[in-house]
Order: sequence, then C-alpha cells, then structure tokens
Amino acid sequence: MDIHEYQAKELLSGFGVPVPKGGVAYSAEQAVYRASEVGGTRWVVKAQIHSGARGKAGGVKLCATDADVRQAAKDLLGKTLVTIQTGAEGLPVHRLLVEQALPIERELYVGLVLDRKRERIVVVAHPHGGMEIEEIAQREPAAIVREEVEPAVGMQGFQARELAFALGLEPPQVSQAVTAILGAYRAFRELDATMVEINPLVVTQDGQVLALDVKMSFDDNAMFRRPNVAELRDYAQEDPREAEAAEHGLNYVALDGDIGCIINGAGLAMATMDMIKHAGGEPANFLDIGGGASPDRVAAAFRLVLSDKKVRAILVNVFAGINRCDWVAQGVVQAVRDVEVPVPLVVRLAGTNVAEGRRILADSGLPILTADTLSEAAARVVAARDHAGAGAGAA
Amino acid sequence: MSILLDEQTRVIVQGFTGDKGTFHAKEMIAYGTNVVGGVTPGKGGATHLDRPVFNTVKEAVANTGAAASLILVPAPFCADAIMEAADAGIRLVVTITDGVPAQDMIRVKRYLWRYAKERRTTLIGPNCAGIISAGRAMMGIMPGHIYTRGSVGVVTRSGTLGYEAAAQMQQLGIGITTSAGIGGDPINGSSFVDMLALFEQDPETEVVMMIGEIGGPQEADAALFVKEQMSKPVVGYVAGLTAPKGRRMGHAGALGRPVVAPSPAELGATVARALARQPSRPVMVER
Repeated sequence: MDIHEYQAKELLSGFGVPVPKGGVAYSAEQAVYRASEVGGTRWVVKAQIHSGARGKAGGVKLCATDADVRQAAKDLLGKTLVTIQTGAEGLPVHRLLVEQALPIERELYVGLVLDRKRERIVVVAHPHGGMEIEEIAQREPAAIVREEVEPAVGMQGFQARELAFALGLEPPQVSQAVTAILGAYRAFRELDATMVEINPLVVTQDGQVLALDVKMSFDDNAMFRRPNVAELRDYAQEDPREAEAAEHGLNYVALDGDIGCIINGAGLAMATMDMIKHAGGEPANFLDIGGGASPDRVAAAFRLVLSDKKVRAILVNVFAGINRCDWVAQGVVQAVRDVEVPVPLVVRLAGTNVAEGRRILADSGLPILTADTLSEAAARVVAARDHAGAGAGAA
Repeated sequence: MSILLDEQTRVIVQGFTGDKGTFHAKEMIAYGTNVVGGVTPGKGGATHLDRPVFNTVKEAVANTGAAASLILVPAPFCADAIMEAADAGIRLVVTITDGVPAQDMIRVKRYLWRYAKERRTTLIGPNCAGIISAGRAMMGIMPGHIYTRGSVGVVTRSGTLGYEAAAQMQQLGIGITTSAGIGGDPINGSSFVDMLALFEQDPETEVVMMIGEIGGPQEADAALFVKEQMSKPVVGYVAGLTAPKGRRMGHAGALGRPVVAPSPAELGATVARALARQPSRPVMVER
C-alpha cells in the first residue's frame, strides 16, 4: 500500500525526521491559507499523487506570492498528471502539499528497503540525490553505501554515523542526518513499511538537514495492526478494478491483451498466461481467485474480467485440490447465468471430482467450451477469440 | 526414502481444534500421517479427533515425542506459533497460513538461527500447500490422490501449479518421492536450494522438478546451485514470463545436467525424458 508525500512526511516527522514546514490543501483557498500559515516568502505547491517524477510532469510549482499559490493550486487541482511512473492514464490530483521553499546546498539519497536475499532491512545511501535510484546506481555505482540492519537488535547509531560520514557531511550536519536516518528506520520498523525513500535528503544553505521529498510503501499483510496507516489509503489513486478485486478477496492486475483469465493460485495463473502467449494470444489480466472458488467469488471474477472492454474471450482454469471440481463447476454455471457473458468462454477443470465437474458443465446447456489439459485450454481460447473476432460469435 | 517426512514422523497440528485445523488434520490422518496430537492454547486436556490437545508445544513434545508441526493458526499469531515450535525442539515446521507480515518473517528467520545446527528447525512456508511424501505421509492441504509413489522429487513455490505438475506426471505413470511447497512469500522458510540439497542426498530421488516464479532471487540461486553442486537431473520451470511491471525473469535451471520444460503443459513429459536419460537441449540462465 502506498501513501501520499504529505502523509509520509507527517508520519516520519512523528519519528523525529526533520521535514520542511508545510500542510495539505484541498482547494485554492486552503492553499493560500497554508502558505500564510507556514510563513516565509517563497513556497512550493506540490501535486499529491502516488508517483514520483512529478516535477518533470509539471506537478510541482514554485511560488513567490499569494496570487502565484492560488494560480498554482487552480492549475493542479482536478488535473490528471501523467508521469513516467503512472502510465498513459495518469493519476488524478485532489490534494496539494504547500511547503516553504528553501535555498538548497546539497541533495542526498537515503532509502530503506526489505532485502529479500539478505532477509533484513537494508539502508542505501548516495551522495547525489534527486534522481531515481536506478539512475543513480547506473551513473555512480561505486558511491552507493549500504548498511544491513541486524534484526535482533535493530539499527544502531554507529551505522547511521557511518552512512552520514560516507555521504561527506560536515560534523554539524552528521548529527542531524543520524537523527533523520534512525527516525526513518524506526518508522519503517514500527509501521511495517516495505520501503521508505527520502529523495532528496537536503542540506539547506543555512545548514539544516531536511527530508525534502519522501515516499513510503507498506506491507498489506501487516495493516491489521496498523490502523493509523491503513486509514491513509487513497482509493482515488488506485485502479478501481484492482480495488474492487481486493474487496472480494481476489487478486487482479490489468494487462494489455484481450483474453480474460480466471484462475486459482498465483503460480498457475502465471503459467496459464505463459501458455496463452505460447498459443499466440495475449492475456488481458492476471486474476487469482484463491483457494476457495465459491460461486460468489467466481461471479465477482467474471464481472471484473468483463469490465475490461478489450476482453474478447475468457479462460477459466481451476485445479481443484481440497475444493472439488463439481463445486467449482456449479459456481461457474451459476455465475454465467447471473452475469451475462457476451464472449466465448473456455473452462478447464482438473483435480478432485473432475469427471463430475465436466458433466455439470456439459449438462448446463450453456455455450461453454471445455478443455482437458493446459495446452488444449490455451489453444482453444485463442481459437475462440479469433473466431469471435471474425464476427461468428461463440461456438 | 523421502525427504523430511515419512509415515514414522510424529506430527502435531498447531491450531488443531479450529475449523481449518480439524478439516486438514482429518485429511492428513486419512492419508496415513502419524498425527499424535495438537495444540490450542486454553484447550489443553481435551481430546480432539481421538488425539490429545495441549496448551503449549512444549507439553505436546514432552507427552507425544512430536518432531514435526503443521501450523494453521491465523496470520497475526503465526510468527509466534513458529517460534514456539522452534523453542520446543520441533525439527520440522510446515506453515500453511498466508498473509504473514514480512517483518514477522524477518524476526522468525533470525530467531531460528539461535539454535545450533544439530537442533535447528527446518521451516517450510508460510503461504504454501505443505509437504507430502507420496504414499507415506502428508503435512499440508494438498489433494493426496494426485501423488503416486515414485522417484521424482518436487519443489515448488506455487500450490496449484505444483498440483498441475503432479497430475501431469501421474497421467504419464511417473511417481514422486516428496513434493515440498516452499511458499510464495517474499521472505520464506526453506529456499529452493535447501530442498535441492536434500533431494541430492536422498537415494530414492532420481530426478528433481523445480517450479519457480518470477520476482525473487531464489530461483537464480537455485540455478547456480544445480550447476555447481548437483549430480541429479533437474527439470525447471519459472512461471510468469507474461507478468506485468517489468519483473521479468527467464526460465531458470538449464545448467550442468538440468533442463527447462518448454512450457507448463510439458512439465510431466520433460520429467519423463529426464528419467529416460534422453539428451536435452541446453538453455541459458537469465538473471
């Protein structure tokens, strides 16, 4: 789960990470009020969307007067911002962060991630911030510094000091950077984050160390114990189909092809998508309906897949383990009766009670194509799509 | 032989008296697993499925001599349950539960390292279907009837894709020694390499099938291990070539003697060729 920059700054600030003075605004009037509240003579108005690279996309505006702030807010609010990270559809701007603009001396990079290979939290830092970490790593890989956190004792002060000195900071800034890094670590640890990125961490001309831009992501599996983080979720920033899928306990990811997929298990779903490609097709989505393929879930899955207008054929592939094929087949038949399915449908069932499951599909009288094996199912759904594309309808 | 689990292994179930615990314990007992009891805090002293219930894993071990535990407790309590089992001296912990927080798993993995190697716990999972030694014993939620006794070891990240592979092999008359699901979580107990090393040592296992997924370092680690340390043929497949967000990874395996199944529909057929010692086309590992 991702949150907005202003939310991440509020959270980190609670752990002692110094951030610029600022506040959130939902309207031009609020933005002007925020500017007067934070004081100073120059402000930045920053579009709040779940993406980086907002500056290059025109989402960050520098302002010198109240009128500038008002105009910047009017320009940004309600707009859809397209960055290199959002995809062509972009993300809607409903909130702004208004902050004091400060003269900057240096920009640094500090990021904390869960390292899957090392199975620990790792802090990565680089003396040149402001770019994406991938770009930094490519340009100057030798200057990257890393500290692994020992899970039994947590991050130690010396580790943060080593990072701060390696970044080339002067002694007065080292202690400020140590406070920022240790604070970010404690936030990561205590809020079940999966990523905290301070990019850039800046040194201002008057010698302050501040987190100028911040990104945080969280572990969905841990949100049950972090209600204060969970409530920061902004559904306006998510694909509505993925959000709806999550509500039904389904895992959906939209793709570019035209063959809708309904499958139980993530591995089998990916393998089925691979098979569709082998057969010359392109999957329209990844959709894992999980272990218990109840009729309600199957119906919700059909509705989701059909909400994508690109879909020209659907493949259902279920390997019934503990649940049984006859039960899954009943779910499919009921779903097809409840949800109108205007495209060809191929169903492949395997596993427990498969014969009974296939009989239920055959006896339903519905135009359901069946397949016994994975390769047959993929070939059949690609053929059905081509057939439907020629205007002949379902077989 | 088989790896980790056979019909002698004394097994307890943590979360024994819950709906899931009850259902899967029954299936395991029906399959022939030596289930000697279970743990549900607060229900100690009761009898469930004709077996004793204990309040703590330590009591269960002291009274039954249990050496293995299947964990079916809800995700918020899962890390605690794994550490309790490790501290009680359980040597094999299989965790089915999905949705365990990643930072809990970091702490669990660190905790397991407290113990000397001779008594360290092997953790399988979480978020997996479990482990089955065909015809002997099962600790998990898989349909036992799709596994025939034979000479192929299986290690898989995915539950249902593992079933698919087992069923394809059964159709071709190929049986398995043990199938272990290592789980789909970013931080999990045993890795592919851990399981491959056990299969390499198991005299009954002739060929190993490894089914991975894109997105993590363990598949590539496994490919290098196969190349450098294994004498047995390994058939590999990594699912997700069409998966989104640039997390692309090619088919792993394919070094030394291993071979990559050309598609998930040919997992069984590729194993059949490996068993027959037929030559296989060389494939490169992409990293």
